[in-house]
Order: sequence, then structure tokens, then C-alpha cells
Amino acid sequence: MITKITHTCIYVLNQDSAYDFYVNKLGFKVHTDAPMGEGARWLTVTPPEQPELEITLFLVAEGAMFDKETVQTMTTLVKKGTFGAAVFSCKDILATYEELKSKGVVFKKPPTKEFYGFEALFVDDSGNWFSLSQMNS
Amino acid sequence: MEQFEKIYLYQRIVKAKLFIDTHFADNIDLDNISDQAHFSKFHFIRLFKSIYGKTPNHYLIKIRIDNAKILLGKGHTVLETSGMVGFDSPTSFAGMFKKLAGRSPSTFQREQETKQKAIQENPFTFVPNCFVETQGWTK
Repeated sequence: MITKITHTCIYVLNQDSAYDFYVNKLGFKVHTDAPMGEGARWLTVTPPEQPELEITLFLVAEGAMFDKETVQTMTTLVKKGTFGAAVFSCKDILATYEELKSKGVVFKKPPTKEFYGFEALFVDDSGNWFSLSQMNS
Repeated sequence: MEQFEKIYLYQRIVKAKLFIDTHFADNIDLDNISDQAHFSKFHFIRLFKSIYGKTPNHYLIKIRIDNAKILLGKGHTVLETSGMVGFDSPTSFAGMFKKLAGRSPSTFQREQETKQKAIQENPFTFVPNCFVETQGWTK
């Protein structure tokens, strides 16, 4: 039976800037960074306290999976913030918010009280948006 | 944001934490950091720990070990790494590394070398086959 998720995908428009965003700004760890030939790159990162969950930073590029038209469509959708890829949790949302902001992360919503705790929204370098949440203890 | 009182306190603690993040290799005086953040040492430690779950000193050690892992992975020797992350002696570095990482620096480095070699020789070992096929990557 299914026991857990081991991989998930975030569509990114540039893997170098995505590396900088997720590793240097968000503080994720690099799990695998492998050249796959012909300029392709398999890049996965893990949240600091979930080393077993690989987040694939999947490049939107023309190839076997995406034809030219799909790349254009996907690029437009990613850039306009269509995809809300995940909810990230933190122990202290205010400290996390201040730190990420100081590193240049763009927030769409500052920390705001919700019935379950606090939530902020930020976007990555490609346009994907994420919820940052601190749950009530 | 109006619902958060004393946000300025958070900003000072975050600034101190970021200072540790970037100056971990230096001989950091945590008393000096608390002064610069305009806190008493006791208050600074208490606030820092309430936010980050560690005292500033424990946090500094963790950051040094985290960065040591990166340097060891890049091929620096244990001796070089020890100095580059701010430890006074390789012995204290090795002891602290083993305590936090669960194995010695040299064991950790061998594991990283093995993994990097495997990635270079057969990267497909690390990629679920569904992605290999949909991407059209050739084994």
C-alpha cells in the first residue's frame, strides 16, 4: 500500500535561478543535481526537516515532454501565478517572514491571522505561489 | 501586520541570526551580537531560543557543521574544513561533527564522494523512470 510521497514537482522557468531561490533564499538542501546530457539537468531539493521528500525543480523546456506550444502555455501560466505548489510550515512566521523578505523573497500577503494559525503568501522566482503557515500549537 | 506587536524585536533577532549565517567562520563574540541588537545577553538568548529553538551558540555550531558538510562534499580536507568553518582545532571539529551528523567527517566525505561518483557514472539511478521516459532521456 502507498506509504508516503517521495517526489513532487514544481515547474520552473530557469533552474539556475530556481537553485538560488530554493537553496540560498528558502534554505532547502540540494538532494540531487545531475547533468542528464544535452543540457538537461535533474535538480531536486529537500525541505530542511524532510530529507526524504525530494522536490523536483522541473524545467519548462521544449523536448519529449513539452512541445513548443505547451512550453509557451506553461510559461505563461507559471509566470502569472496559476500554480500554488505547496503549503510550507514554519515554527515562527514573523521571524521567517522578516528573514525571507530581507533576502528578496516577494510576498503577496504578509502574515495574517487565520482560524488555524497564521498564513503568508509568497512567490518563487518563476511565479509559483506558496502558502507559508504557522499552525496553532 | 498591525496585529503583531513588537515586530521591531523580531527584526533585531532576525538580523542577528543572519549575521551568524554569514559570519559563522569568524570568531564571533555572541556578547557583541546581543549588544548590537540592543538586548541584554540574557534577553537576547531567551528571545533567540524562543524563535529558533536553539541558543545562539548552539545555532552557530549547527551552521558551522552544515557548512562543513558542503565543504567536505566539495573535496576539502577535514583539516581545511575545520579552519574554514571557524573551529579552533580539528579535534573539536571532528567531535562536534560526529555529534551532530552521526558520523565522522571523513566517513561523511566518503559517502559524498561515493554519491557524486554514482551521479556522474549513472545519473539515471537517481531519477524515477517515469521522468526519464517522459523527458526522452536515453540511458
